[in-house]
This record gives sequence, structure tokens and C-alpha cells, in this order.
Amino acid sequence: MKVSYFPGCTLNTKGKGFDRSVREALAALGVELEELPDWNCCGASFPLLVDNVLDLAGPARVLVAASAQGDKLATACTTCYNVLKRTNRVIRLDRERRERLNYFIEADYQGQVEVMDVLQILRDEVGFEEVKAKVQKSLSGLKVACYYGCMVLRPPAEVAYDDPENPHALDELMASLGAEPVLWGGKVECCGNYLVAIKPELAMEMSYRIISSAYRAGAEVLVTNCPLCQFNLDRWQRDLVVKKGGFRPLPVLYFTQLLAIALGLDPTRYELEKHYVDPKPLLKAKGLLDQEVG
Amino acid sequence: MARIGVFVCHCGFNIAGVVDVKRVVEEIKKLPDVAFAADYKYMCSEPGQNLIRQAIKEHKLDGVVVAACSPSMHEVTFRKAAASAGVNPYRTEIANIREQVSWPHQNYPEEATLKAIEVIRTIIEKVRYDESLIPLGIPVIKKALVIGGGIAGLTVALDIANAGYPVILVEKGEELGGKVRRLSGLYINFNAPDGFLEEKIKAVMEHPNVTVLTRSEVKEVGGYVGNFIVKVETPSGEKSFDVGAIVVATGFDLYPLQALGEYGGGRYPDVITALEFERMLKDGLKRPSDGKEVKSVAFVQCAGSRDPQRHRPYCSKICCMYIAKQASLFKQKVPDGQALVFYIDIRSQGKKYEEFVQRAIMDYGVLYIRGKVARVYEEGGRVFVRGVDTLSGRPVEAEVDLAVLANAVVASPGTEELAKRLRVATDAFGFFQEAHPKLRPVESLTAGVFIAGAAQFPKDIPETIAQASGAAAKVLGLFAQRELIQEPTVAYVVEELCSGCGLCIEACPYEARALHPWKGIATVNVALCQGCGACAVVCPNKASRVRNFTPLQYLAMVEEIAR
Ligand SMILES: Cc1cc2nc3c(=O)[nH]c(=O)nc-3n(C[C@H](O)[C@H](O)[C@H](O)COP(=O)(O)OP(=O)(O)OC[C@H]3O[C@@H](n4cnc5c(N)ncnc54)[C@H](O)[C@@H]3O)c2cc1C
Ligand code: SF4
Ligand code: SF4
Ligand code: SF4
Ligand code: SF4
Repeated sequence: MKVSYFPGCTLNTKGKGFDRSVREALAALGVELEELPDWNCCGASFPLLVDNVLDLAGPARVLVAASAQGDKLATACTTCYNVLKRTNRVIRLDRERRERLNYFIEADYQGQVEVMDVLQILRDEVGFEEVKAKVQKSLSGLKVACYYGCMVLRPPAEVAYDDPENPHALDELMASLGAEPVLWGGKVECCGNYLVAIKPELAMEMSYRIISSAYRAGAEVLVTNCPLCQFNLDRWQRDLVVKKGGFRPLPVLYFTQLLAIALGLDPTRYELEKHYVDPKPLLKAKGLLDQEVG
Repeated sequence: MARIGVFVCHCGFNIAGVVDVKRVVEEIKKLPDVAFAADYKYMCSEPGQNLIRQAIKEHKLDGVVVAACSPSMHEVTFRKAAASAGVNPYRTEIANIREQVSWPHQNYPEEATLKAIEVIRTIIEKVRYDESLIPLGIPVIKKALVIGGGIAGLTVALDIANAGYPVILVEKGEELGGKVRRLSGLYINFNAPDGFLEEKIKAVMEHPNVTVLTRSEVKEVGGYVGNFIVKVETPSGEKSFDVGAIVVATGFDLYPLQALGEYGGGRYPDVITALEFERMLKDGLKRPSDGKEVKSVAFVQCAGSRDPQRHRPYCSKICCMYIAKQASLFKQKVPDGQALVFYIDIRSQGKKYEEFVQRAIMDYGVLYIRGKVARVYEEGGRVFVRGVDTLSGRPVEAEVDLAVLANAVVASPGTEELAKRLRVATDAFGFFQEAHPKLRPVESLTAGVFIAGAAQFPKDIPETIAQASGAAAKVLGLFAQRELIQEPTVAYVVEELCSGCGLCIEACPYEARALHPWKGIATVNVALCQGCGACAVVCPNKASRVRNFTPLQYLAMVEEIAR
């Protein structure tokens, strides 16, 4: 199966490990991600003013390019998913904005492309049963706390492909890899998002709650599908160890890194060394990474 | 030769301000068969009606046209008036010259006057060929079917049986009593329901007029008001009953925990529904997860109610009260325990209800926190309830042994199918739809089918019983009639013309038509026919007709307009 792919700026720069694990894991599952030619930034935030048409031009251009290549567009960055999905919805439902956009970017696009998150593709196009059948190295014995970026869940009517209050796709995927998802209360708590830029203390406090909640539930690792959540949850732990007595750090991995490992791919290709909390000791202890890897 | 009288109403200035009523009368007088014509200020007033009665007698009229407002306003008034003077009510018709003439054509008096004359001329043609009809009498089987054996169904059955009529009570469960059987104590005095419930059940079981069928369900309903035929599946096979009235009292259900993802979606053993907590109050306050004594409880109100985005938009009405009751009962049993109630606002409308809630706060020390709960989860064997205290404006998180959710009240399972069988409507949320929200709250839109209790909308026990007695009174009102009177303007079949094609049978929205078993022609069940005319429209042979709306009349009316 061939699907158009939009990596987005984050996966092209800071999140190379995520990007590579997405491409290689999906390839191993028979999904060929075909990167869009000459793509541009999705805009990174969806404009809420209804008369703001200009800010939709960037994502609309991406959608137009995708429409020339196929009927689906995959993205792994949750923010890109949110912006592209909602832009596409505006194009589908709002005739006036559709016409202005088409005029502006010189296209004739009606919203026919289906924007899909990689997790959604794994669930609906590949199927978790199929994933399970392809597992080479079971993650058995690994206790994971699945953390869902809100960008794929909110606003529910516009973007959610899972229960927005109790999402479970990631838990099911992890279970199909042999891991043990823990039952916990933090899976959709806010990570602080861009508060990291304006009120870092607050973002740190929010991360603290989430990580300690996962720890109390018995998790050994946090897995997420969102680059910003990954950063927020990972970044503060160095400070938290100093500031909060009794704080236990937890590695924060992208779900596709674990997927790739379970599918028998080479873990060293996914920038594990760039994480703030080093996940290697845990992976080694679970027999998922060679002892020799530095 | 007909002798038709025409009465033109001014309706103050409503009609006369636009239409030249004097000129209308002059023009109409010239028409053949018009024996009398007059105008009057307010035709529906007593003097106006007298004018009609007198004219009928003086001029020996045999048909009446009242040119006035819409027939939905005063057709009945004028038919009665005409009948009292000896004109058959079905030869009394309205020519609507207000809603269809003077109001929409206010700025065109000349044209409006001409149109009024045309409308009246047309109706005269209809009256000319109107038959004198007699209302139909339909017999009533004086036996009732009650579906559902909760407190609502028990009350209805007992009321009807005590009035001397036989009742069949169908309950799908093992036992009678419904949800009330599962309650520990009731507001506002904490008494256990067992006493009065057992009494009521005993009275029903022992009543010579009541047949109780448990583990039974209604499978098929045919017939019509006064004459329903019901098939009930019972453990000893299918049974058929003829009844005159049906009362649905199938109660309610709770919105499933699984649908409340934000409160754990049913994954946590110590997050339970209020109905489960009722059982705990009876059987002992032990945590489901580890059997430990429950020392602290957080009650979450409006769980799934008042949430138009994700769940139900309506208020479930009973939960504010039963939560106050449960929290107080908990404190009675565990005086050193802690009871927290998260609420949006308190709805305690009822005699002594507000005082009851105040007692929970003042006497039992239940802590009320004003704010909707955002999340409930369990970690390390503790339940966490997180929300916001909107009075202090701060987020709050409570750590407790047990969380009790006041799940929204929803329609009981199977309501949709039952409603289809009964040919009654349900509302947007699956509750049985009442005929009118204010004026006819215990009737359905189908004649002879009534609604009692929480099957219509959430209700507590006093309200349920009041409505159940109301439904029983409606049934008794029906049974008090010797026969039901039905409008005679129904469909009939001209046997010589009917080819038995069956088109009309499919077209009839009221299932009033059937093929005659051997004659090979269509027949009409006049008790079901509403005179809608759908059958007459589809009939290729003009064999299906509606009394006083015949093709002859319509052609005459059209010809009159075209003239
Ligand atoms: C937790 C809780 C606490 C409460 N506490 C109080 C209180 O303290 N005081 C108070 O006044 N009220 C209280 N109530 C409200 C009370 O339970 C209701 O008012 C009452 O149960 C309504 O009675 P009902 O007969 O309409 O419905 P139900 O009690 O639901 O009875 C309906 C009956 O119909 C049967 N049935 C359903 N479908 C069919 C079918 N298709 N065919 C045949 N039978 C069918 C059911 O099996 C059931 O027996 C409480 C409710 C809850 C949830
Ligand atoms: S009969 Fe109708 S039109 Fe005439 S006065 Fe009464 S309300 Fe008005
Ligand atoms: S009765 Fe009270 S708890 Fe129940 S939905 Fe209404 S406000 Fe909420
Ligand atoms: S008039 Fe209407 S209700 Fe009566 S038989 Fe014809 S279609 Fe049925
Ligand atoms: S549609 Fe007319 S001809 Fe056909 S069965 Fe009905 S009444 Fe008879």
C-alpha cells in the first residue's frame, strides 16, 4: 500500500528519530510512505478567526499537493494532523472560504483527500492483528503508560478518531506488541503545550503530575504520539529530579520507536541518544537493545 | 334544489377592514340555491350563532356556509350551532376568508373582495353535494393492558382494577417492583421502600381483576383504541388478549459507565453508579476492589447529564435528591466518614426537598463542592476525583475510597422496538413521546395508548405515582363511555369500481385498509381511518373515496373557480 506522507518541520529537524521510525516501521508493515514533493510548513496552528483565510493557504497547498498523489495523506506529527485535518474540513464545508482559497493558491481543490494520523493508519488500514503477526521481538514484560496528544482528539467533532476522554488506540497497539499498558489517569491530561515558552514553571508542574501518575500506576516508560508532548514530558525531568523529592524519572519514547524495535528493526537508527532521560538502560534490561550499544 | 345559507363574518376589522363584506353578500345572494345570505360583526359570538339558527328555521335551510376564519378555529362551533337548528353538521362548511384572504391581502381590498366571493362560491359547491352523515359509534373493550411492573405499572393496574375493570400486567423481569425494589431508603424520611412496595405488589397479585404475567413481553399489537389485539410471549407460550386501552410503564435505565470515558469508562472497580451504591447501603459498605471498609465517598452529580457536547443535554431531575439521600445515609452509617458531593447546582423542587438537602449539609456534615468533575481515575488503590471549585475558583482534587456517579437517566432498553409495535412516537432521546408537553402529558399521540412513570422522562416516586394515577384516570374515562364517537368523514370503497389492485392498502399511513378475503376488493376499517385521503389519490379507478370529499365535489369546486 502506498500512502502520501507529510513529515512536517518538527520531524524534519528535531524529531528525526520519530520520522525515521515511522517510515521504517510502516515499510516493514507493507505501507510505503511517499513523501510529498516540495512541501511547506503546515502553519503549526489552526487559525480560529473565520475570516482568516490567508493562514489556511499553507496547509491548503499541502492538501492540493497530496490530492495530486493519492486519496490519503499520512502525517505523524499530531499538530500537523490537527491543522491539516481542520483545514480540509473548512474546505469541505465552507463554500466561501473554499472558493477564496482556491482563487488565492490557484487550485481547484474540494477537500477530497483523507488526512490520517499514522496511528490511525496502523489501526484502520493495517490492523493491530496484522501488526501482532509481524512482531519479531515481543515487548513482553514492558509496562507502558500511553499518553495521547490532545491534537488528535480535540476538538472531538473535528479531528478525533478515538474516544476523546478515554482514548485506547495506543494502548491496543502496545498490547499487540506484547507490552503491558497500565491503567492510569493521566493519558489525556494536558502536557502544558506552548506554556513551555511563556510559563515554564507551570509546564514543569504539569509534567510532574503526569509522570508521577504514570510511575504510581507502575509504568516503566511513557509512550506518546506527539512531538511537543514528548519534549515537554522529557525535558523537565532533569530539573524535577533536583526540585521534587522522591521524583523518579521515566523515559519518554515515541510509539513508533517501540513499534520499530518490536518489528525487529535496528534501534540505534532512531536517535535514542537524543532523549533527555536515557531510555537505553531500560531497553537493555528488557533485552530489546544490545548491551554493547553506547 | 338545495337551500343554502351563507353567513359572512366581519371579525371586527380583521375581515371587514379589507374585504367589502356588504358587496360579498350582495354578490352571493344572486347565486342559485342560496336561500339566504347575511353578514355580521362577530359570527362566533352568541348573537352571531343565533343569527344562523334563526335563519335556518325561517328560511328552511339545509346547508350552511360560514365565511369566516380557519376551520381549525370554529368549524366545531358552527357545526354545533347548525345542528341545534336542524341542519346536518356535515352539511355545514367554513369558507376561510380571514387567514386565506383578508390577512394576506391587506393592501389589496378590491382583489381580496373578489377572492372572498370566489372562495365562498367554491364552498357552496361543496355543500351542495355534501351528504348528511351520522358520527360512527365504535365499541370499547373494557379491559386494560399495562406494560411494565415498576411502581408506575403497579399503581396504574391497581387503580384500574379497583374501579372494577380487568387488567393484564406484563413484566419482562422475574419480579414486580422495578428499580424501587433495589433502593435502600427513600427521601425524605429514609424509610426503606420494602414495606409499601410489598403491600402494593401483594394487592396487585391478589386482586381478582389483575392477571400478572412476569417474564413476559408484548410481541405484537394490532387494532385500535377500544379494540386492541395484543400478543404476549409468556414462559408458557404465546397468549393473545383483546384490550381497550394500553398503558406503557417501562421505566428507565442509567447511562452506561462505559460511555463516560472521563470518569474511567467503567474500567475502575471503585467507580460505581448510584444504583450500585444503593445495594451497598443495604448490604454493607465494602470497596469492590479489595473489600475494605469505605470511609470516604465522592459523589459526582450530573454524570452524563447537562452535557450537550458529549452526552445528554437534559437534567435527569432525580439525582440531586437521591445523592443528598445517599450521602446522608452514608454519614448515618459511617459517622466519622467523609462524604463529598460535586454539583453544578442543586435542583430540589418538591415539597420539603430543599429542606432535606439542607439537612444533609447542616445535620450530616456532607461537604458540597460546587463544580463539575473533569476526571475520575484510580491509582495505587485510591480513587482521585478532579474538578474545579467554582466558588473559590481553584482546581480541587479529592482522594477517596469510592466514587459514586449519578449517571444520567435514559430510556429503558427495548423502548424503540416496543414503541414501533405500539405505533407511538419516541422523543430525541428514546423516551416515550407525550401527545402534548403541557396539555396532554399522560397520553401518547396514538388514541388509547397512555404513558406512566419514568418511561416518559425521569421522575421520582411521588411524581411517578401521580402520573400513573393520571394515566389510570384517562383509561377509566375511556371505559366510562358506552361507545367511542368517530368522525364519519372516512374513506369508503365503491365496490363496482374497485379492481383489487391493492395500491391504496400500501398508501394508507394508518393501516386502515385491507383486501377483502374473498371479494377481491379493498375494505376500510372505519375505526382506524383518519380520512386523510391518501388512498383516494392513488386509486387508479376512483373507487376509493372519502365521504364529503368526493371527486364529484372537487370537480364541481374546480369548475366553479374556473368559471
Ligand atoms: C439510584 C437511585 C435512587 C433513587 N432514589 C429515590 C428515592 O429515594 N426516592 C424517590 O422518590 N425516587 C428515587 N429514585 C427514582 C425511582 O427509582 C423512580 O422514580 C422509579 O423507579 C420509577 O418507576 P417506574 O415504574 O416508572 O420505572 P422502573 O422502576 O424502571 O420500572 C419499570 C419496570 O418495567 C419493566 N419493563 C421495562 N421494559 C419492559 C418491557 N418492554 N416489557 C415489560 N416490562 C418492562 C422493568 O423490568 C421494570 O420492572 C431513585 C432512582 C435511582 C436511580
Ligand atoms: S368566527 Fe372567526 S372570523 Fe368570525 S369573529 Fe369569530 S374568530 Fe373572527
Ligand atoms: S437532578 Fe441534579 S444531579 Fe441530576 S442532572 Fe439535574 S442537576 Fe444534575
Ligand atoms: S383516508 Fe387515509 S386513513 Fe382512511 S383509508 Fe384512506 S389512506 Fe387510510
Ligand atoms: S386502489 Fe382503488 S382499485 Fe385498487 S384496491 Fe384500492 S380501491 Fe380498489
